[in-house]
Amino acid sequence: MPAAEVGVLADFIRALRASEVRVSPAETIDAHRALADIGFADRTLVRDALAATLAKSAEEAARFDACFDLFFSRREFKTGAADAAPAEGLEAMILGEDAAGLAQAMEAAADAVGAGDIQLTTQRGLFARRLLDEMGLRGLETRIAGLRESEAADERVLAERLGQGRADLFVQAGAFVDRQARLYAGETGRRLREQILARQAFTAVADEDVRAMEALVRRMARRLAQRYARRRHRAKIGKLDVRHTVRRSLAHGGVPFDLVWKRQKVEKPRIVVVCDVSRSVAAAAQFLLLFLHCLKEVVERLDAFAFSDRLVAVNDLLDDETVDDAITLILERVGFRPTDYGRALEDLFDHHGASLDRRTTVIILGDGRSNYVEPRLDLMRRVADQTRSVIWLNPEPETYWGQGDSRMDAYARFCRVAKTCNTLTGLERIIDDVLRTHLPR
Amino acid sequence: MTTGPNDLRALTPNPGAADPLASVEGVVEGLAAVGYIASRRIATALYMAAHLQKPILVEGVAGVGKTELALSAARLLGLPLIRLQCYEGLDEARALYEWKYGKQLLYTQILKDHLGPELGEAPDLASAMARLQGAGDLFFSEPFLEPRPLLQALRTEGGAVLLIDEIDKSDEAFEAFLLEMLSAFQVSIPEIGVIKAETPPMVFLTSNNVRDLGDALKRRCLHLHIPLPDQALEERIVAARAPEVEARLRIALVTFVQGLRRLDLRKPPSISETVDWARALVLLHARTLDPTLVRETLNVLLKFESDIAAAEAKLDDLLSAAPDRGRGHARR
Repeated sequence: MPAAEVGVLADFIRALRASEVRVSPAETIDAHRALADIGFADRTLVRDALAATLAKSAEEAARFDACFDLFFSRREFKTGAADAAPAEGLEAMILGEDAAGLAQAMEAAADAVGAGDIQLTTQRGLFARRLLDEMGLRGLETRIAGLRESEAADERVLAERLGQGRADLFVQAGAFVDRQARLYAGETGRRLREQILARQAFTAVADEDVRAMEALVRRMARRLAQRYARRRHRAKIGKLDVRHTVRRSLAHGGVPFDLVWKRQKVEKPRIVVVCDVSRSVAAAAQFLLLFLHCLKEVVERLDAFAFSDRLVAVNDLLDDETVDDAITLILERVGFRPTDYGRALEDLFDHHGASLDRRTTVIILGDGRSNYVEPRLDLMRRVADQTRSVIWLNPEPETYWGQGDSRMDAYARFCRVAKTCNTLTGLERIIDDVLRTHLPR
Repeated sequence: MTTGPNDLRALTPNPGAADPLASVEGVVEGLAAVGYIASRRIATALYMAAHLQKPILVEGVAGVGKTELALSAARLLGLPLIRLQCYEGLDEARALYEWKYGKQLLYTQILKDHLGPELGEAPDLASAMARLQGAGDLFFSEPFLEPRPLLQALRTEGGAVLLIDEIDKSDEAFEAFLLEMLSAFQVSIPEIGVIKAETPPMVFLTSNNVRDLGDALKRRCLHLHIPLPDQALEERIVAARAPEVEARLRIALVTFVQGLRRLDLRKPPSISETVDWARALVLLHARTLDPTLVRETLNVLLKFESDIAAAEAKLDDLLSAAPDRGRGHARR
């Protein structure tokens, strides 16, 4: 394959990777072999062939099509044409209204300044400027300035025409860089933002980021769900238990008449979530509830409770309503009132005591601030004794625990894990731990 | 008695036709000739699979023609089709090879009498053991090997089409086991060694997305997603699969099915259901889409009670849309 075409394909694969189609080197080689076989002449054929070698799922195929259209809308499809006409002076091209020549010059300049390296959409202005400089904009500007000063009327007219051409050029360069940014930077920018979001404190998530955050929560939850759904599957497959088979065969004179299969005991996890939804932790609660809702597939037995002064079961709400509605309803019903941990623990024992047994893991989400009322540490001890373990996630940093009306330091003694958790990454890690200890490998 | 060349011609699937894999158009035409109406994307994938010698992973909802593609490809190439249906718990003993335990046992019993004199001549225990050793290896040789689909596909002379159906239903361990076979077209059998295909088979894997397949497997395959067809393609498919259906009825029924797919159904009808329905209508001597008839035969198209109820509620809308658009098509 000619070097120019190799370059095009390499650029295209880079654009694909930017739009989250994962392409491995082996697939790159396949794509090269495919193109060497079919050539570049037939656009549909090239698209279908590349789609078959590079996109490996239905979603990737959709992203591939979008990326392909965007990428090759910009390029003259037959790459050989690019070196045909040598670029002339910028001025001559503007005056000659040589759109093709200008486009080619822009391509060449783009290659020279590395416009494909654009990483963030905010770099567009910078790249447009570099592009124009490379095309010789400075020369053009001095020329226009010179002509404007001139006495001769026709030279001033020429200056106007060149000025108009320059304005058009700005627009074109802007559009060109936009397309580059969409090709190469769109996804990296988004990914960067998601990375930041995942590490941002729940309380600090700005309103406009909530949607993105929720999408992120769903994806993380799905990832965990997938991982553990598989694992549970595997535990079901039996193997011959040689020791027991031989032992039983003794009864039949050594003939292995009864086969014994190895069994793996699958302990179904049971998770009880108690969520403080008073104002101080409402933001975190919202994401925790969402996260758990998405995990329902793996955690078959999940009981969710919410409280600020009284405690209510919110399972049905989470099941029946969409997540958004459920969260709003929960907050309306019990949210935003002064917290009373003692009362909530009483309610938990009085009405839902049966859901606490030795297979249960209790996850409590709250700041442990009980407004100076009786914290009922005795009940907390009973929770810890009756259940497998208690995990307390506190959005406040550890240095605040026990200060003011916080009784977190006292509660923490009964917890297997008491951690500060106010980011999505932290949440994912902790839920992962909980599932791992529960589910057999 | 015919001459040699004529015999050969009789063996090739398309007498007189050039190699169907020479171009993508050739593949489209060849598949159409064996009754499979393929979009260009499908044909390209097939073409590439043949030229790059890579397996194709075919995905799509049930009944969209994944398995049929492999069957048609086998017919097109005139190669035997070897099919491996995957299920949970499928292991290499059932997919690759197994020793013919029964035959081994039988042979040892029959040869017992011969073993006595043979070994009796040996002067001491050590040399008797040495002789037995040589005989033991005989029992783990090719004649005692029971080839299962994968091994059959590798050993078929002149190549074969191997269909690994519903790979997503197998376990992850089996998926990993397939990797060697799919990338190098060879398998390792501890007692015999590596068996490599002389002519690599053309491999189709199908998946219904019951679970996500591993990246390693995906990377070794070309990927082909078959979507539900649009109106024009589906009409052509029905025309090819159920040629008895008159053109007017065909257009009307395809329009109706396309309308059904726009409803919010648990399992929208796919191509195989459309074809079944078209055949059912022919059996019932239908010439037009009569509402009562449609109501009675909806269970051919829809497999869930709730879907049938949902469709019945909208039946009038769907039927009123169908003939009008049908006429529009006929005019064109």
